[in-house]
Amino acid sequence: MSLLEVEGLYASYGPVEALHGIDFEVDEGQTVAILGPNGAGKTTTLRAICGMVDTEGSVSFDGESIAGKATEDIARRGIAHVPEGRGIFPTLSVDENLRLGAHVRKKGDDVADDVARCRRWFPRLEERSAQTAGSLSGGEQQMLAIARAVMMRPRLLLLDEPSLGLAPILTRELFRVLREIAEEQSTTMLVVEQNASLVLEFADYAHVLEAGQIALSGDAAQLSEDDAIKRSYLAY
Amino acid sequence: MAEFVQVVVDGVATGSIYGALALALVLIFRSTSVVNFAQGEMAMFSTFVAWGIHQAGVPLGLALLGAFAFSFAAGAIIERVVIRPFEGGEPLTLVIVTLGLFLLINSAAGWIWGFNNRSFPSAFPDSSVTIVGARLDVESLGIVAVLIVVVGLLYLLFQRTGIGLAMRAAALNPDASRLVGVRVGRMLMLGWGLAALLGALAGVLVAPQLFLDPNLMGGVLVYSFAAAALGGFDSAIGAVVGGWIIGVSENVAGTYVNFIGADLKILVPLGIIFVVLLVKPSGLFGSPEVARA
Repeated sequence: MSLLEVEGLYASYGPVEALHGIDFEVDEGQTVAILGPNGAGKTTTLRAICGMVDTEGSVSFDGESIAGKATEDIARRGIAHVPEGRGIFPTLSVDENLRLGAHVRKKGDDVADDVARCRRWFPRLEERSAQTAGSLSGGEQQMLAIARAVMMRPRLLLLDEPSLGLAPILTRELFRVLREIAEEQSTTMLVVEQNASLVLEFADYAHVLEAGQIALSGDAAQLSEDDAIKRSYLAY
Repeated sequence: MAEFVQVVVDGVATGSIYGALALALVLIFRSTSVVNFAQGEMAMFSTFVAWGIHQAGVPLGLALLGAFAFSFAAGAIIERVVIRPFEGGEPLTLVIVTLGLFLLINSAAGWIWGFNNRSFPSAFPDSSVTIVGARLDVESLGIVAVLIVVVGLLYLLFQRTGIGLAMRAAALNPDASRLVGVRVGRMLMLGWGLAALLGALAGVLVAPQLFLDPNLMGGVLVYSFAAAALGGFDSAIGAVVGGWIIGVSENVAGTYVNFIGADLKILVPLGIIFVVLLVKPSGLFGSPEVARA
């Protein structure tokens, strides 16, 4: 049984349907990428899993249906979502943002250890712990958003365009840390990206989304060799 | 000099009552972006509940506690039942909803308890203490002390506890809060409950000085709006300081400027507000722009 099973998923914003029935699975411990052009429905897929858009079809997590559940309940089951645009709280301090990540966990529950771990992964956050999150640079805000999600100790981490707006060198560093997090905490990850070459190095498996449907799926290594993929998505 | 100190302390005491209700307005405005015109009526109703419990033979202290519990629950229920269905809608709709609530609660109180003036007992002894020559009412000092303690408790709640942090987060960005598992709806109910409780506090503090009737809070509400606007509608400390400025300025001007007297003293704080808002439209402590994603 896969950790996340998506079957016949439709999603719409009011009258506009953005996903036209997609199926995919994410196994425990796997890193899966969703690629595709702008407007293909990548972000919508993540939002649909989290109950942030109207959906039809089935989504099950750890064997239980989560379709139609409230976003906060889905988060409480162990799905952390780092949304596009990061969704940090700009007027709260860096530390307060991190503490919010631990909101659903029991007191004590080695939260302090996790804060320490996050600071090891993202040393800049320690230097800036008392600053407001809005005063951080774009890259630091992305690190904060990811650190906050990690603080939830999620079983599944959804990342929406983690490289958006970051310098190439920062993006590389970010994916290196994500790899470390995935290995140390055995976190399963589902990553939406436009930067296909980078994410195919990072992921185990990938789906290509086009106009609300899955156009192509395969092992990340194979896909990165695929000529059609190279032409469509790696041409930059 | 001694008289001046008395006048100022009495002004701070009255201002503290405005401040308490202004805090309630700010709390709700920050969490739901609603300007709650019914805040004063909710406070009046809770004061009547305290009065009713006390009339039934319960000691005043317990009656007040009972009314606070009632107001907290009622505030939370009002958010869930009356406000939630309009959440995220047009601001004007919510203005109309809270105005409707104003009329509803006002009429309900009149229907239940009538429109007669009733006297409401003070929780403080009717005595005074002399400090450096000034005779200060224990009630005035008590009111100021209560407000300072309440502000301290609110500060601890919002700055030092996880639930306070979650309430702030829910107010700032509901979607992002849900993603970390914060039950936003529950936080909003909690915010309305706390605001109603603050209002009830203002009600039972002011009632002994006026008479208890369904229009108890009409004047206080206007002053509290003024206090909130003066301090900045999204600033808790601004609400309190705004309340004090209004309370003190009206009392000082009413006492020392002959032609103003008791009838015109309301104009003094309004004049101050006019000038402050001309110079600083977001109020003394408000943040200039509340951007929402």
